[in-house]
Amino acid sequence: MASILAIIFGAIFVNNFVLSRFLGICPFLGVSKKVDTSIGMGMAVTFVMGLASLVTWLLEYYILQAYQLEYLRTIVFILVIAALVQFVELVIRKISPVLYQALGIFLPLITTNCAVLGVALLNVQLQYNLLESVVFGVAAALGFTLALVIMAGIRERLEMVPIPKYFRGVSLALIIAGILSIAFMGFQGMM
Amino acid sequence: MSLLKEVTKGIFKENPTFRLVLGTCPTLAVTTLAINGLGMGLSTAAVLIASNFVISLLRKFIPDKIRIPAYIVIIATFVTVVDMLLNAFTPELHSALGIFIPLIVVNCIILGRAEAFASKNPIVASIADGLGMGLGFTLSLTIMGAIREILAAGTIFGVGIMGAGYEPFQIFGSPAGGFLVYGLMMALVNMFFKKFRLE
Repeated sequence: MASILAIIFGAIFVNNFVLSRFLGICPFLGVSKKVDTSIGMGMAVTFVMGLASLVTWLLEYYILQAYQLEYLRTIVFILVIAALVQFVELVIRKISPVLYQALGIFLPLITTNCAVLGVALLNVQLQYNLLESVVFGVAAALGFTLALVIMAGIRERLEMVPIPKYFRGVSLALIIAGILSIAFMGFQGMM
Repeated sequence: MSLLKEVTKGIFKENPTFRLVLGTCPTLAVTTLAINGLGMGLSTAAVLIASNFVISLLRKFIPDKIRIPAYIVIIATFVTVVDMLLNAFTPELHSALGIFIPLIVVNCIILGRAEAFASKNPIVASIADGLGMGLGFTLSLTIMGAIREILAAGTIFGVGIMGAGYEPFQIFGSPAGGFLVYGLMMALVNMFFKKFRLE
């Protein structure tokens, strides 16, 4: 139990996926302009990352390692994730049109979100068991959502402020991310 | 002449790192040392050139509806090849780059060029495009790696250049330093392009 809590805390705060592992930077910079959309993106990513952790774990241990096919890992994982995203999109559209309206536009973007493939590869590298993998996947995605929402909150305020012209857009967003990352470094002493 | 243009546009005008802002995850993650930046840049460039070549070759045979999965399989194949080569010939670099080697698959530069360029253009132009984009990416990563290495350790490609009295800025080796250096360099590039009216 204690190790599960450590995984959750570690994935959200200490080794935050965006601010310390550098996974999922593209959506972090692209979708973090409004708080509403960043929550939607965060929910979609959390759902897909939890599911991807589960499926890729099963594939890794019951197919790839069982038949010594580890060298196919990259190809298999990315294909499974792409298929999974399509599948999730179809299911959500059938079951809950309201949720689909909220998440729909973010789903296709998730295939190329490196956080999803990253979490699947990290689960293998860290040798987590099935439960730990799924928990790690969901917690990492929550950490991603946290960073995204904080960033969106800051960028919404920045709309009203005069910014030096060369820093407008991505440049300033990166510098803010740097300062956030310094703040998150404070958690490192706690583990 | 136009081929040369395809190559140079990736290096300056449409530099993937600073102008198109693609492939940001590896850019930030591996540039703690100049040599890692160079290794990552060249690996990505190799995958990009090979995948652009094959996708351009097959552009009339891949049905439109399943083109994205098809591109991903082609890209993932070359990434696996590069992964194995690095593991065999430069094991140190392989372990330094870690999971960011398999993550080249989801580097938006590669899928972006496949979709925007290689799927519509002849083979030679696609290779030139891949070469330019790959070199632009390598150049940006190496420069950024060099800056962070000098600030954080006082060395460049492992050679000490700052003298014995130099106090390293540890922060630039940490994730926060990556964001700060990238942000400041982008502002600098913006200034350069605006000052010389290059856009």
